[in-house]
Order: sequence, then structure tokens, then C-alpha cells
Amino acid sequence: MSKDILIAARDLSVHFPLRGFVFGERPVVRACEGINLEIERGSFFGLVGESGSGKTTLGRAMLKAAPISHGEVVYSDHEVTYDLGTLKGPELKDYRKRSQLIFQDPYAALSPRMTVRDIIAEPLEVMGLTSSREETDAKVREIAAKCRLNLEHLRRFPHAFSGGQRQRISIARALVSDPRFIVADESVAALDVSIQADVLNLLNSIQQESGITFLFISHDLSVIAHTCDFVAVMYLGQIVESAPTRKLFSETSHPYTKALLSAIPSLDPDDQHVAQKLEGEIPSPINPPPGCRFNTRCPHAQERCRTEVPEWREMSSGHHVACHFSEELA
Amino acid sequence: MTSPLISVKNLTLRFKTDEGMVTAVNDVSFDIAPGEVLGLVGESGSGKSVTAKALMMLNAENSVYDDNSRITLRTDEREIDVLSLKRPKDQMIIRGGAISMIFQEPMASFAPAISIGDQMIEQLMIHSDMTPAQAKEVSIEMLNRVGIPEPAHRFKQYAFEFSGGMRQRAMIAMALSTKPRLLIADEPTTALDVTIQAQVIELMKDLVDEFHMSILFITHDLGVIAQTADRVAVMYLGNLVETGTVRQVINTPAHPYTRGLLNSLPKLDDLEAQLTPVPGDIPSPLDRPSGCVFHTRCVETAGIAEQCRTQIPGYTSDSSNHQVACHLATQGDQS
Ligand SMILES: Nc1ncnc2c1ncn2[C@@H]1O[C@H](COP(=O)(O)OP(=O)(O)OP(=O)(O)O)[C@@H](O)[C@H]1O
Ligand SMILES: Nc1ncnc2c1ncn2[C@@H]1O[C@H](COP(=O)(O)OP(=O)(O)O)[C@@H](O)[C@H]1O
Ligand code: SF4
Ligand code: SF4
Ligand SMILES: [Mg+2]
Ligand SMILES: [Mg+2]
Repeated sequence: MSKDILIAARDLSVHFPLRGFVFGERPVVRACEGINLEIERGSFFGLVGESGSGKTTLGRAMLKAAPISHGEVVYSDHEVTYDLGTLKGPELKDYRKRSQLIFQDPYAALSPRMTVRDIIAEPLEVMGLTSSREETDAKVREIAAKCRLNLEHLRRFPHAFSGGQRQRISIARALVSDPRFIVADESVAALDVSIQADVLNLLNSIQQESGITFLFISHDLSVIAHTCDFVAVMYLGQIVESAPTRKLFSETSHPYTKALLSAIPSLDPDDQHVAQKLEGEIPSPINPPPGCRFNTRCPHAQERCRTEVPEWREMSSGHHVACHFSEELA
Repeated sequence: MTSPLISVKNLTLRFKTDEGMVTAVNDVSFDIAPGEVLGLVGESGSGKSVTAKALMMLNAENSVYDDNSRITLRTDEREIDVLSLKRPKDQMIIRGGAISMIFQEPMASFAPAISIGDQMIEQLMIHSDMTPAQAKEVSIEMLNRVGIPEPAHRFKQYAFEFSGGMRQRAMIAMALSTKPRLLIADEPTTALDVTIQAQVIELMKDLVDEFHMSILFITHDLGVIAQTADRVAVMYLGNLVETGTVRQVINTPAHPYTRGLLNSLPKLDDLEAQLTPVPGDIPSPLDRPSGCVFHTRCVETAGIAEQCRTQIPGYTSDSSNHQVACHLATQGDQS
């Protein structure tokens, strides 16, 4: 059975040379390094990791909004197949319709001088997707209704809206060009739990109705667990473990994934489980540690981890891990 | 029974704005005992920070306190009527003295152009009679205590040279160096990754034991509350709607809003559970609902909707001091 892959990264690296270094070798931020990732059509794919792990950069590369320094990203939806590395001109313009970003920050730049109607209509007008104002209005109303925004809301300006409503405005704007692929990037500053639940339910129902494929970026594994059918865990520019959601939680194999899981504070006041403490913080992606990049914080690191890069291995069907000792530690 | 370290009674606080008076805190009362951690939870905009700032008289110029609002701080020597402290000199007794505060964004609480160390020294010298050399020694010791590596070197650095987690630690070090009786922590881990959050929570727990201080811990993360607080107060639109021990509030929530918050949380032990948000949006504080402030979003008003819409529920309390402001609780008492 061959899988229906909408978008895939193969050995993808994204490097940002730092500006302002005249002499010697310019330092390079290795934001993503050797990423292999396949996202199935119609899936809700979760990407999780600490701040600075490269989630946003990877998402942007898949939208052709970050430089592809090495490897490739291939998008294929039955109508078109694009190699993003070389995409330009009308095909790039076409890809901009097929893919969208939702920046999940309620305070993100929704232009304060535009009405909600104009904010949602703007992509249609910029991309020339509708031929008359009537058609634009009809489309805006249809999408707005899906996102629970009424006609009264459409006339107002964004400052008058709560965090949850602003989120729905951003989602409506992303949906209006009928994209096939959406990257939803959650900011670190957590949303209120009730708004978060509402937005997650809305995204899930959109996905079920429209079959849009989502790359859902979050720093919160419990949110990912509830929303996504497949999860990839990222650390310092690399994917360290990926699996179907249930498997990731029942057969957690990578020490980093285990540490992320055990750091989530339990809702049970009597649960005294001690977080598998990670010492220190994520190192700089300018000089990542040699060998396994996690070795400076891993409680199981051994000599081999400091010299030899762990291979990206399939543990069981669909479950990949990059750790020398995942069998022994399981 | 030991008397509380701080008592807040009938605190009502409004802001003068162009659109009129905004009620940010409405008739709020709570106590914090010595050594106790009180968790304050609620949605964004519910009034948590304003309440916390009231304890230190830190609210903006346009704030107006109702006449019967009382905040009483008991130190070993005396009782301080906080809201009567009008002169900045008197307010220093509480600000950074008996009470210290740490914030969600530590960058904002350090001056960018002064080294971390100089700021710590200054703070100590205001609130004690240490010499500069003693203050330096205590500061470096404190940085070391909160787990900052090479503290003597870090002492000379500026806030921008620290990572987010380090800054949060440095802020805790500065807040605790004066040995406050009460630490107010306003969303201290919200902007941190769970891994760093776990480190900071562990540090704070150790420090409470070591310094035997009280903490007002503000967060909207009920998991963080479950793991840190002794008692919990739940706030909605400026009102306290429920208070009790952490086990009472989280295991047997009595207010529909508390239940709503718990139902919106993703739970790792039940991946299939539906997330159920509290319906609708929090109303504008300019337009506070009549009756029970929560009635526009409450899903439990069946049979008492009229009462919820028109009558303000009073507090009822069971024998173990689990308090709730909801008409359902009063009904339960009568039956
Ligand atoms: N200086 C001010 N002038 C007018 N209104 C204010 C002022 N400060 C706060 N408010 C209002 O008081 C209410 C409570 O604010 P507060 O910052 O305490 O909420 P919060 O629970 O801490 O929210 P968040 O979690 O977003 O920080 C809000 O409606 C806020 O807009
Ligand atoms: N334009 C850029 N120039 C230099 N470094 C960058 C740039 N964009 C991202 N980075 C760096 O790449 C790393 C990964 O960043 P990011 O993708 O934003 O991670 P996350 O979203 O997980 O927080 C970080 O160290 C970040 O500072
Ligand atoms: S390879 Fe070694 S350092 Fe890396 S995660 Fe596995 S045990 Fe830890
Ligand atoms: S008083 Fe009525 S509206 Fe308010 S919380 Fe109780 S049931 Fe809900
Ligand atoms: Mg990001
Ligand atoms: Mg606040």
C-alpha cells in the first residue's frame, strides 16, 4: 500500500549565515539539519519541541518562506507536483494559494485600520481569485460563518475583538483561498485554555470537513496529543522521533520525548511523579554538539553519543527514532 | 490558628477610562497564611495582575479603590494598612521589602543598561543596611542558589545576555535577596518551555521551604497550580468565584466556571476525551452582566436561569472552608 504523501522533506537543511562577519568563516545558524518528514494528505500532523528547536523554520521552509540550503521539499496534490527548492514565477504564485500560514498569536498583526471583512477578503483580492465584489463578499461570508463570525463582526475593526475572536479571524483569512495545506504555528505565550480548546476544535472540524492537510506546530505535547494523528518531535534542528500519536505516547522511545512528557505538570495534586529533569537549556544552533545533538542534556548519554550521529531508524511500522540506545532504554 | 500574613477584604478597584469607569476587581476577599502558596487562576483579563499589584500599590494612576477596601499585612513587628500608605517612602516598606514580585516577562523588570549585579546591589541597599561589599556577596550567593552557573561572572552581565530561563532565575534571585515575607509570582512560567518551567517550579518549591515565605502564584495553567499551590482562588471578570484547597478545587470543583476550565484542558491520560471550551467570550469589564457575572456563559443554569440573571450569588462555604459563589450551592444547602 503506497501512502498518499502531500508534502515531504528529504534531507532538508535550512541555514542562516549571520550577517556582519567580514573576516574568516561566517558563522551559520543551523536551524534545520537533515530533516526527513512525510505528511500524508488529509492528516493533522503535529510538530513539537522546545523554543528554538526549529519548528517555525521547518514550517516556513514547507511554505517556501525559508531558504532551502540542502535537500528538497516536494509538494504533490494530484493536480500539481512542485519541487519547492526551484519553484518560481506563476508556479510559485500558484503554490501561495495552495498553502497558507496561520500564526497563532491573538495579538499578531491584524491590520488595525482594516475591517474584519477587508482582512479576510484581502488574499482573494491580492491573488485575483474572485472576479467581482459580490463574489468576494459571498466567499468572505461563507468562510466567516465557518469560523463563527457573523455579519456584524465583519463590519468591525480587529481591536474590538477578544483573543479567541482574533484567532478565528486569522483562521478565516487563511481559509479563504481554499488552500490544501496549512501550517498553524502556535506562539509560546499560551492561550487561555478555553480559547485554546475552542480553536483546536474549530481546526479539527475544518480538517474533517474540507480534508485540508495541517502541519500543527506547538510546544505543548498534551495539545498535540489531543489534536494530531501523527507527531514529530524536534530538537535543535533535527527530528528525533516521529510516530502515529497513540504509538508515540504508548511506546515513547527517545529520551528527549520522554523528558518533554514528564515535564508536563500533572493535574492531580497527589501525583508526585518527579519530572525526568532536563538539566540546562537548549544549546546554540550555531555550534551544535557533535554526535547526538541531545547528548549535553541527555540523562543516558554515553561516550558513543558524543562522537557518533545516531541513525534515523524505523523501530516499528511508522515509528522512527534517532537514538543509539532506544531499544535498551525502552 | 496562626493569623494570616496578608488579608484582603472587600477589595474593589476601578479604572477611570475615556469610556467610563472599568471595574477590574469586584469585592474580592482572601487571606494568605505564613508559608502558604495561594494559586490565583482565571482567564486573561479576569483581574489577576491588578489584584496582585494592589497588594503593593503598583496600579496605574487612574486606579480608584473603593472606601471599604482593606489590605492588611502582618509582619512580626506590626500590622500595616497597605492602602493607607500614600507616600512613596512608606510604600517602600512593602515594595521589594516585605513583598517582592516576579513577572512573566523578566526583561521588563531589569533595566537594560545596568548590569544584573548592580541592580541586585541597589535593591539590597535600599532594603537593608548592608555595605556594598556585603550586598555583592549576598547577590552572588543568591545567583548561585537559583542555579546560575559562574555566578560571579554572570553578576557583571546585562539582562539581554541571559536566556529566557536564566533571566527568570535571575529575577527570582533578585526578588528573594531581600528575604520578603510574600512573593507575588505573576505567570512566572507562562513564557517558558515545559522543561524550563519544571526547573523553575522545582526551584520555587525549594525556596518556599528554605525561606518560609508565602507565595501568591498567578497562572492560568491548572496543572502548574496542582503541582505548586496549597490553596486556590478562581477569578472571573474581577470576582472570586471559588476558593478552597488545591484538592477541593481541582478534584471536586464547585463552581461551573471552574468545571469549565477543567473541561477545556487536554488530558494526557485520556486522549479521546473531547475538549469542551467554556462557550462564548469573556464580556467586556465595561459591560458587566447583571446577577451572576458568569451567567452569560454558564451551562448549568437550568431551572434557575432567572435567579442567575438577576441576583448576585453570595458566598457559601462548607465546614472545610471550600467557598463558592453560585446559586446552585445555596440550593444544595437547602435540600
Ligand atoms: N491602567 C488601566 N486602565 C484601564 N483598564 C485597566 C488598566 N489596567 C488593567 N485594566 C483592565 O482591568 C482588567 C483586568 O486586568 P488584568 O491585567 O489584571 O487581567 P489579567 O487577569 O492579569 O489578564 P492577563 O492574564 O491578560 O494579564 C482588564 O479588563 C484590563 O483591561
Ligand atoms: N532569519 C534568521 N536568521 C538567523 N537565525 C534564525 C533566523 N530564523 C530563525 N533563526 C534561528 O533558528 C533557530 C530555530 O528557530 P525557530 O524556527 O524560530 O524555532 P521555534 O519555532 O521552534 O522557536 C533559532 O535559534 C533561531 O534563532
Ligand atoms: S543517542 Fe545518546 S545522547 Fe542521544 S538521545 Fe540517545 S542516549 Fe541520549
Ligand atoms: S449562579 Fe447561576 S450562572 Fe452563576 S455560576 Fe451558578 S449556575 Fe451559573
Ligand atoms: Mg516558533
Ligand atoms: Mg496578567
